[in-house]
Amino acid sequence: MFAYALRRLGQSLLVLVLMSFLVFVGVYAIGDPVELLVNPQADAVERARATAALGLDKPFLEQYAIFLKGAAAGDLGRSFVFNVPALGLIIEKLPATIELAFVAMVIAVALGIPLGLVAGLYPESVVGRSIMAGSIVGFSLPTFWVGLVLIMVFSVHLGWLPSNGRGDTVDVLGIPMSFLTLDGLSHLFMPALNLALFKLSLLIRLTRAGAREAVLQDYVKFARAKGLSQRRVIGVHVLKNILIPIVTVIGLELGSVIAFAIVTESIFAWPGTGKLLIDSINQLDRPVIVAYLLSIVTLFIVINFVVDILYSLLDPRVRLGGAAGAH
Amino acid sequence: MATDSPWARLRADFAESRLAMAGLGLLVALVGLALLAPLLSPQNPYDLAQLDVLDSKLAPGEKSSTGGTYWLGTDDQGRDMLSGILYGLRISVGVGVASTGLALSIGMVFGLLSAYFGGWLDAIIMRVVDIQLSFPSILIALILLAVLGQGVDKIIVALVAVQWAYYARTVRSAALVERQKEYVEAAKVLALSEARVVFRHLLPNCLPPLIVVATVQVAHAIALEATLSFLGLGLPVTEPSLGLLISNGFQYLLSGKYWISFYPGVALLLTIMAINLVADQLRDVLNPRLRR
Repeated sequence: MFAYALRRLGQSLLVLVLMSFLVFVGVYAIGDPVELLVNPQADAVERARATAALGLDKPFLEQYAIFLKGAAAGDLGRSFVFNVPALGLIIEKLPATIELAFVAMVIAVALGIPLGLVAGLYPESVVGRSIMAGSIVGFSLPTFWVGLVLIMVFSVHLGWLPSNGRGDTVDVLGIPMSFLTLDGLSHLFMPALNLALFKLSLLIRLTRAGAREAVLQDYVKFARAKGLSQRRVIGVHVLKNILIPIVTVIGLELGSVIAFAIVTESIFAWPGTGKLLIDSINQLDRPVIVAYLLSIVTLFIVINFVVDILYSLLDPRVRLGGAAGAH
Repeated sequence: MATDSPWARLRADFAESRLAMAGLGLLVALVGLALLAPLLSPQNPYDLAQLDVLDSKLAPGEKSSTGGTYWLGTDDQGRDMLSGILYGLRISVGVGVASTGLALSIGMVFGLLSAYFGGWLDAIIMRVVDIQLSFPSILIALILLAVLGQGVDKIIVALVAVQWAYYARTVRSAALVERQKEYVEAAKVLALSEARVVFRHLLPNCLPPLIVVATVQVAHAIALEATLSFLGLGLPVTEPSLGLLISNGFQYLLSGKYWISFYPGVALLLTIMAINLVADQLRDVLNPRLRR
């Protein structure tokens, strides 16, 4: 077990270093930030001074070495635009993204599991079929398009909900949060729903498939035969058994919610990390782009690592079999 | 049902679902519109000489200064939305199909090599596939486009990079099953070259699942391109795909000028839905386990 974890850790670190190199090489190659930052009337001397101040006059490998050294110490460079540490900028925006992702996940779970259960228990009924049709639509609609329609209907046409920003926030332990104020909630609702839609469809499908299989099992028949109420059979016997794969998927999807928040945040001008990334790409703010991409890549590598280790604990074939297990 | 060729049976099976046929009809119509855009559209949306700023942001159905009617309205530059959508559809579908075709070829080769030769080659290829598939596709595309910049070629590269792994995995799993079969054995016994065994014998039998994955992926590619273009990372303004048209209209959405964003969105939606309907039925038709 320990050997497996160690090998897996080594692999994760290798991927991380590889990604850092790719991202750095790539981002290094785009545009010339000096052009954007220096006054167009500036002469060559002033330009050279700005280039040197940003460290852009050094050879590429030296820049990468400086970057790696800093990264190991938690310093991912300073934003060209804001002149503050890039990582700090991301951490500052992170609570907004996490709040959005968390609320989206709550919506997806709170709606997805009950709807999926209904669709799985009554697959041939009108309700069951409509739920499935809805989930297929939810799968095929691009997120940004749903966001636009939401804005069109609720902000422009009905005028019920605001279309951008976070609204009033309340500080919880020094971190601003929107969900505690009415105004904040009204700002939070649409983006969270938008972000939740895809995961909601996914959870409906998963729960439905699980429920359809579970109701045919002997333990459910036995529970029914014992004369237990429908509520208890479904709520305890069926739900408990289908929850394991669902919980796994929810865990895995947490990372991807944060990645997809890039789109939702851009539509609803939600001031989180995703919007920061898009803004930074448009302003060629290289250190922030690199810092964001590396943070999210790290997040994914950590999630995947934890999931793999958990799986190997649950299923010894994973750590013993290696490549032998055919898919 | 005893029909002569497998194609005739496929056609008959496919036609069983009316919804799928409707999807196919819609898809053919949309592709036809995209191909014939230069002939059909009332205006060349890229020809600035044909645009009249006085006609900007007209609502659907309003008359132009020269007497024509803008059935779907105009955008901020006085461009006819209908023409813009037809040309945009052309670019969206073109990018989707081109990237899928390229990714399919690349993924197919890697998948076949992986399954046929096994060993360390298989281990390396599949490791890369696993690692790539553990990241969401939008993130990989974003990283690539942040690096590459804008352009039709750049977005195709990004979409290919995102997609190839799906094909590699699909082909590999199909080929692993197929290579155990006797016809592959027979081909080897005949001392045919390895390339011939792989591409002429093994590959054709791995195609059905690949076709299904490819149809679904065209829809994914189109949606992903639209999303990236909407974020301003995909195509340049000179080549507006549907996603870019939607993005362009977004700023006018709040002032109630919905049509600049909405109608390109409808076109995008119809395209994706049509492809998905066709893909769903193809999956059933090509699945040997469901064969009647």
